[in-house]
Amino acid sequence: MTARTLLDKLWMSHEIIRRDDGASLLWVDRHLVHEGSHHAFAKLEARGAGVAEPGLTFGVVDHYAPTRGRPERPEIARMIATLERNTAAHGITCFGLDDPRQGIVHVIGPEQGLTLPGLLINCGDSHTSTHGAFGALAFGIGATEVAHVLATQTIWQKKPAAMRIRFTGRLGPGVGAKDMALCWIAKLGADGARGHAIEYTGEAVRALSMEGRMTLCNLSIEGGARFGMIAPDAATFAHVKGRPFAPEGNVWDDAVAIWSTLPSDPDAAFAREVTLDASDIAPIVTWGTSPEDALPVTATVPDPDRAPATQAARVRAALDYMGLFAGQPLSEIAVDQVFIGSCTNARIEDLRAAAAVLAGRRARVPGLVSPGSQQVKAQAEAEGLDRIFMEAGLEWVGAGCSMCVAMNGDMVPPGKRCASTTNRNFRGRQGRGARTHLMSPAMVAAAAITGHLTDVRPMLAGRSAA
Amino acid sequence: MSGWTRHEGKAVALDRESIDTDQLIPARFMSTPRSEGYGPFLLHDLRFDAEGTPVETFPLNRVSEATVLITRRNFGSGSSREAAVYALVDFGIRAVIAPSFGDIFASNAVNNGLLPAQVDAGVVDALIAEVPDTGTPARINLADGTARIGGRSITFEIDPIWREKLINGWDDIDLTHRHADAIATDRADRARRSPWAFPSGEGHQTTA
Repeated sequence: MTARTLLDKLWMSHEIIRRDDGASLLWVDRHLVHEGSHHAFAKLEARGAGVAEPGLTFGVVDHYAPTRGRPERPEIARMIATLERNTAAHGITCFGLDDPRQGIVHVIGPEQGLTLPGLLINCGDSHTSTHGAFGALAFGIGATEVAHVLATQTIWQKKPAAMRIRFTGRLGPGVGAKDMALCWIAKLGADGARGHAIEYTGEAVRALSMEGRMTLCNLSIEGGARFGMIAPDAATFAHVKGRPFAPEGNVWDDAVAIWSTLPSDPDAAFAREVTLDASDIAPIVTWGTSPEDALPVTATVPDPDRAPATQAARVRAALDYMGLFAGQPLSEIAVDQVFIGSCTNARIEDLRAAAAVLAGRRARVPGLVSPGSQQVKAQAEAEGLDRIFMEAGLEWVGAGCSMCVAMNGDMVPPGKRCASTTNRNFRGRQGRGARTHLMSPAMVAAAAITGHLTDVRPMLAGRSAA
Repeated sequence: MSGWTRHEGKAVALDRESIDTDQLIPARFMSTPRSEGYGPFLLHDLRFDAEGTPVETFPLNRVSEATVLITRRNFGSGSSREAAVYALVDFGIRAVIAPSFGDIFASNAVNNGLLPAQVDAGVVDALIAEVPDTGTPARINLADGTARIGGRSITFEIDPIWREKLINGWDDIDLTHRHADAIATDRADRARRSPWAFPSGEGHQTTA
């Protein structure tokens, strides 16, 4: 039998039919919806259609979730109420603001055991590849596709090409999954993996916790890939077992047997292969307005005059927007504020990593720490992490997308510079005129303490980095 | 959605790389119902200054009734927000010509009748050099994948699946309902063979 990739196996097990033109109709095991689904529900309503599988559909309030008290503007309250009304009308379970299971969709799916190896998971959000960390086929879709999944529990897709990114060796101290992701995106470009489904492999990937694997898969779209995945292993199964919606008893045993067959066959062929040495990766920060504008914190701001001809104009425009000049050491860039949160880096391990740096130290700049879910918040508080953040002078707030997407009122003021654990340094992403530098939670903690972008590694001396 | 095969309109060049969906429509506008129209939000923070005054030098502000956008690589990268496509479509744009597109954006575009026409970077270089600030006449033929922009004839790439969909204006939900029996059989098999793939009862019993 032909050797198959993880992608092949997941695709085959979900393909209902394939048209002559190559489009596959795929079964959707889980459909997660947030406030942005209002367009899709309106489309359903317009055609008088119902939801095919309310039991496989789950709603959660995250994009507009207030992190401090109640919604500050009527249109925000309306977005949340609309989701709650739409899900209730169709018999869909919704984790609303008062539900202890509420949080960012890509945090709560795995947390609740809704995310499992071997599933196909859709959500109207480009960071849905996060769930690929469990060996699931997970990808973001637009509103028309959301309406289609609601109406049919299926989706049309053309199979992407398989791409393998292998990280050999081991990460050094103070370096994590965020640095791995920014490293490959900087190398291949923000559209470097366009049209591909990435499988991340290698010793450094195996060594990552499930939280780290989620961070790595989460950022796939920032390198152009709609799909990112990691083959499931014992760590995956241990993480899933016992979660509220996860299988139990004999069904669990059967599931593990099936999940164990998912990893790519040893001689499976990939359309594209990239190998990176994890031991070479230093803590990385972004300097521009695309996630590909990323360099080790020990580097200097690039010179547009020395950039490739095709890049010079973009680099110049990015530096102009960011208020930076060529040759400036990255570690001398002063920040106005910090943000720790988002579907990329707001899980318990991320908060522990930031707290390990902040413990017993004071932040020089203000900042917000928004846990990825109410459960992460409770766990962090049980571990005393909230006290570390607050004693450092940072604000400890509620769970949601918050300042990553700046929809709920949490935003970076015009012209201000933010060291952020989020996923996009696009112009205006964190607010009109906001200047975002992406980095890991430990690196954001370091920037908070010094007031400028900083190599966190020396600050970890004598501490156990989480 | 109605299909289309030929388009005649006006092209404008936007000499920028990586115009992401956050630029196409800033997040703060996305709570607006579609029925109100998304055209005014298109590239809002590039088209208008902080006081809301149009930026005179911005290409879309110099051309009235632009329908074809010529731009650089990685157009529509970023978020899955279909609102980015709504903003383009409601503004009157029917086609975007670029060397590459964000995967989710391109899929959303086709679902709304907007053509993501992929061309070599060299073609975009030439067009950007040629197209005047005031725009230039543009003709597009979806059937054979050709276009004439000003005096230049070009060919573009589009996945054949998407080409068919744009030409026919297909509605996927209607198409899929034709496969209702296959879906029902698949679902029944799945429930029998893979009970683990359905959410367990315990989670459902947990109530807030």
